[in-house]
Amino acid sequence: MSPRILAATTGRILRQLRHDRRTLALLAVVPSALLTLVYFMYVDQPTPPGQTSTFDRVALIMLGFFPFVIMFLVTSIAMLRERTTGTLERLLTTPLGKLDLLFGYGLAFGAAAAVQAAIASAVAYWVFGLDTAGDGLLVLLIAALNAVLAVALGLFCSAFARTEFQAVQFMPVVVVPQLLLCGLFVPRGEMAGWLQAVSDVLPLSYAVEALQEVGANAEPTGTMWRDLAVVAGSALLALVLAAATLRRRSG
Amino acid sequence: MEDAIAVRDLVVDRGGRRVLHGLSAVVPRGAVTGLLGPSGSGKTTLMRAVVGVQVVTAGTVTVLGRPAGSPELRHRVGYLTQAPSVYADLTVRENARYFAALHGRGRADADRAVADVGLARAAGQLVGTLSGGQRSRASLACALVAEPELVVLDEPTVGQDPVLRADLWAQFHAMAARGTTLLVSSHVMDEAARCDRLLLIREGRLIADDSPAAVRAAAGVDDLDEAFLRLIRAHQADQEDPS
Ligand SMILES: Nc1ncnc2c1ncn2[C@@H]1O[C@H](COP(=O)(O)OP(=O)(O)OP(=O)(O)O)[C@@H](O)[C@H]1O
Ligand SMILES: [Mg+2]
Repeated sequence: MSPRILAATTGRILRQLRHDRRTLALLAVVPSALLTLVYFMYVDQPTPPGQTSTFDRVALIMLGFFPFVIMFLVTSIAMLRERTTGTLERLLTTPLGKLDLLFGYGLAFGAAAAVQAAIASAVAYWVFGLDTAGDGLLVLLIAALNAVLAVALGLFCSAFARTEFQAVQFMPVVVVPQLLLCGLFVPRGEMAGWLQAVSDVLPLSYAVEALQEVGANAEPTGTMWRDLAVVAGSALLALVLAAATLRRRSG
Repeated sequence: MEDAIAVRDLVVDRGGRRVLHGLSAVVPRGAVTGLLGPSGSGKTTLMRAVVGVQVVTAGTVTVLGRPAGSPELRHRVGYLTQAPSVYADLTVRENARYFAALHGRGRADADRAVADVGLARAAGQLVGTLSGGQRSRASLACALVAEPELVVLDEPTVGQDPVLRADLWAQFHAMAARGTTLLVSSHVMDEAARCDRLLLIREGRLIADDSPAAVRAAAGVDDLDEAFLRLIRAHQADQEDPS
């Protein structure tokens, strides 16, 4: 890996994004629009005394989930495009290292996701009065890390897709089970034992738990830091696996 | 001096079919070598083997004294893929600057490469909005931007008008005069005539490796087009009747 090549690659990916104005607009606006929807869904629901409101509970998890699902899709398609347009083949004949490319995507899309999460969080906190016991900046940190995890998973999964149609099919395969089992719909402790076991090996569960820790505790907890370490470790593992799928030589 | 590329008994299988059948050839340094052959004869496959992105079944490919695909070669070899491989959502200049940066080159080198392929006025245009010929030239600029010792160009002049083609060939010769080695595939015979040396392949086998003049002499005709037709037919007849 070389810092110069990594920086050039990160810059190149961000520049591509910058030329795509519509994608930028969608990235900025869609999460806030969906939060608005969720707000009005729950606005008339009474909150039992002493409990968090449903909006607070759902919105907090959504702030971590948006970057995850969007960056997974964006990365899968971007990497597939590198493969199908021949730019990947050409890059692999240059001094660029595999990790320069993979970390470049992680940095560029991670940064984009952080901005997206910042906008969505600002709307959630200041417009809809989201209330968390802990610091909103921690929510941002978790969201950004979650996005890096999604980028890593997207880079890995794109190796198994030959076409865009196949690539988008990985979204329901990789993302939806993690959403169902992360504890948003049924608390993880109340699931059947085998579902809990599955949930325990899915990285999104840890990101969601970390967010819930921020929601419930004024100070960062040990559990939250451990959860973040699990998410970061999973992202690193996925990047290593993605590097293993990137072959300089093909048939 | 040692040859820039030495291919020995190269066997390549693609999609379960044998594409190169024990091909051997050399490419001399500081010259323009043309790679010619019918469509599907294995030109692109051979070039991929030279730049080290092709899985090889048997045989060796030595490039600038090292096994093809060695990490040290990645600084010294430039590759133009047959289909333009540039980022459609970046401008011509941004593409050139990115590929320059990968080789530790700066903006001046990038701007020069863009100007050299005649795209100075389109430098700020998104590649996705370029014409087909302009897009191939944007891709060419990215292959030449780092001034590599060996350039492997897969059909660099397809879709270019005669004036541009003449310009590009003049540039290739100027590069060779400065010591660069060029391996250029083509379908166009007037381009073959401009090469210092020709490799003609048919169905994954080398059927001629000579200067254009010697190829004409071997076939007994003046016209290269006709010479190739005769060589290819003679090879075909040999294969059908190997007595
Ligand atoms: N990815 C692939 N998988 C399987 N077979 C392939 C693949 N790419 C090429 N081939 C086959 O390998 C053979 C040689 O292809 P190659 O691209 O090297 O030909 P070429 O000489 O460059 O042709 P052209 O002049 O049309 O570019 C062809 O029969 C082709 O069908
Ligand atoms: Mg070809």
